Amino acid sequence: MELQTFNYDNRIVKNFAYATMLWGLVGMLVGLLAAFQLYYPALNFNIPYTTFGRIRPLHTNAVIFAFVGNGIFMGVYYSLQRLLKARMFSDMLSKIHFWGWQFIIVLAALTLVFGMTTGKEYAELEWPIDILIAIIWVVFGINMFGTILKRREKHLYVAIWFYIATFVTVAMLHIVNSFEIPVTFLKSYSWYAGVQDALVQWWYGHNAVAFFLTTPYLGVMYYFLPKAANRPVYSYKLSIVHFWALIFLYIWAGPHHLLYTSLPDWAQSLGTVFSIMLLAPSWGGMFNGLLTLRGAWDKVREDAILKFMVVAVTAYGMSTFEGPMLSLKNVNAISHFTDWTVAHVHVGALGWNGFLTFAMLYWLIPRLFNTEIYSKSLMNNHFWLGTLGILLYAIPMYWAGFSQSLSWSEFTPDGTLRYTFMDTVVRIKLLYLLRGLGGTIYLSGFIVMLYNLIKTIKKGSLVAEQEAQAPALVNAKAKQHGEHWHRWIERRPIQMLVVSLVLVAIGGIIEFVPTFLVKSNIPTIASVKPYTPLELEGRDIYIKEGCYNCHSQMVRPFRHETERYGEYSKAGEFVYDHPFQWGSKRTGPDLHRIGNKYPDSWHFKHMYEPSWISTGSIMPSYPWLFKNNTDVSSLKAKIEAMQTLGVPYEKGFEDNAISEYKKQAAQIAENLHKDSDVDKMIKAEGISKIEDKEIIALIAYLQRLGTDINNTSLTQK
Amino acid sequence: MKFIHYLKTISGVSVFPIISLLLFFIFFVSLIALVMSANKKAIERAKQIPFDNQ
Repeated sequence: MELQTFNYDNRIVKNFAYATMLWGLVGMLVGLLAAFQLYYPALNFNIPYTTFGRIRPLHTNAVIFAFVGNGIFMGVYYSLQRLLKARMFSDMLSKIHFWGWQFIIVLAALTLVFGMTTGKEYAELEWPIDILIAIIWVVFGINMFGTILKRREKHLYVAIWFYIATFVTVAMLHIVNSFEIPVTFLKSYSWYAGVQDALVQWWYGHNAVAFFLTTPYLGVMYYFLPKAANRPVYSYKLSIVHFWALIFLYIWAGPHHLLYTSLPDWAQSLGTVFSIMLLAPSWGGMFNGLLTLRGAWDKVREDAILKFMVVAVTAYGMSTFEGPMLSLKNVNAISHFTDWTVAHVHVGALGWNGFLTFAMLYWLIPRLFNTEIYSKSLMNNHFWLGTLGILLYAIPMYWAGFSQSLSWSEFTPDGTLRYTFMDTVVRIKLLYLLRGLGGTIYLSGFIVMLYNLIKTIKKGSLVAEQEAQAPALVNAKAKQHGEHWHRWIERRPIQMLVVSLVLVAIGGIIEFVPTFLVKSNIPTIASVKPYTPLELEGRDIYIKEGCYNCHSQMVRPFRHETERYGEYSKAGEFVYDHPFQWGSKRTGPDLHRIGNKYPDSWHFKHMYEPSWISTGSIMPSYPWLFKNNTDVSSLKAKIEAMQTLGVPYEKGFEDNAISEYKKQAAQIAENLHKDSDVDKMIKAEGISKIEDKEIIALIAYLQRLGTDINNTSLTQK
Repeated sequence: MKFIHYLKTISGVSVFPIISLLLFFIFFVSLIALVMSANKKAIERAKQIPFDNQ
């Protein structure tokens, strides 16, 4: 058969490699800042743009979508071309994909520090950016499928199945979770409310881990690990089972993020069952990776790239063992809201994603630049720094998690809680410092890598076009004699896409449909009323400042929680919460029953300088809330948006919203002036017209939280 | 809120667990069957795809 000559596009791989190096550095530096802020709150610098509530989403978004995202594309663009023996479908689409993605990252960084956020974890970006993400993702998909269609290799290697599943599932997750109603250009409300919003969000959040941080990297593993070890994957059959079982099971597991919350019980159990089953395909994949190295372990001793890969795959195995364990209700009762979760995700992020990215970079860069790595010993140094960094990060966080959980739930023999929340914060501060040091060591390893790679790049020259030869594919769909049906689908990428989509859609549909359609899933509570205009503005400030990053709004039905916070949270209390703000971590205490617990003046002082009220507090101060006027220009639009979403504001209420707003604000301002300390503070700071300030709206919201249900008991009495 | 409560509101609910069991059983059994029956040569060939060229 006639051989065709063509070129692989290495330039696009190089671009994504540079991007992952740059954004990795940025994302980890921001993470380090956030880590040290928890030990030393002065590092919040008393300005809005650098407070923890805005920095933490910046860190998570940068690491997931910028560092790992570009890492995925680097791996996919390199391996896809070679596995299909074809150049990428369109150089123009490759370029649009690359620059579009970097543009999104820059927009994300800017909007997040300016407090423009939807308030949904890992999906914080506002609606125009969401649309842009969808467009660029489709560009990536067209480019990938175009390449698959013009391929010269009949069979799609297993790595490509993982890429296809990634593409189709991420598209579905992103679109479904991003349904929101725009209020202004950079403000929107989630289409869903309360329990439903929580279910959709964690279906998304869990599967973002599954289909952004896991499946593309498994695809990459199935290509780069055999290449680096120079031997084929241990069992190709196992990889088939691994793939189908993983995508079939993963999508159901989302509700394990909501155990003991107000989510209906049956949905929680469903999440747990599927999470346990997930262990099987996950470990199947891990063994497949590790056993690929059978008989080649002597190489692992010599080759730092293989070392990185072994630790990466092991970290994958550890976190996918831990995941199912954490989804057992009794374990989750201990781990949820604590730093255990933080430890768990960082074993995955630093170990699995980080180390596999480093291995790819070390393997790729010398090949792209046709040279040898600058220094093997620096590579080894990086490996040890990275490993030490992970340990020093994870161990203090596990310890902190256990400490939190044990001390939150400890009672004295008299039956009262032994520790105040502040006691439990103070005792883990040192562990936060140690975690920061672990992160510093990991980052220093990363910088060593950057130096090593830059030196390597300098001594080589880019092979932008790599020539290759392969015979043309005559009829990709032709059946071979004696083949069985899986080979059929391996040749048909579009059918593969459709089957994958159907498989991943089943789990979501079965969880969503009853929760959305069966009214009794969320029993309504007659006394739960929509927020007043002032409270609604206050809620938006709560979201803007990212309070949900440290405070939950979900009292679980445990004795120690009801003792500490009050009545446990009911599904019916959140029916007007667009978006829900249950949070996932308690660096500070739960806030669902904070309403009317303290006087307005308490909140006023506390938000100005938390340590005045709570000695040892690590919460940032929010001085700008006392200077900035609440922007009420879109209040009417906000009320109208809520009406569209079904929040029962009376018709015409939107026109009275401002006067309602002012009335309530004046009342709170009057309360504050009655407190002599606060009055002095206001005068000393020269704050005029306190009723217009953001702090008033925030206080109104905080004082409303979780109080509606008390009205029921009052009326019942 | 117990699961049973929601189940009661669905008509013909008894068929649901059977469908679920069948779905999973068929899915995993056919997956295993497919893998067991795979053509050894084709599998060997697929394994080698990453090594076909650079």
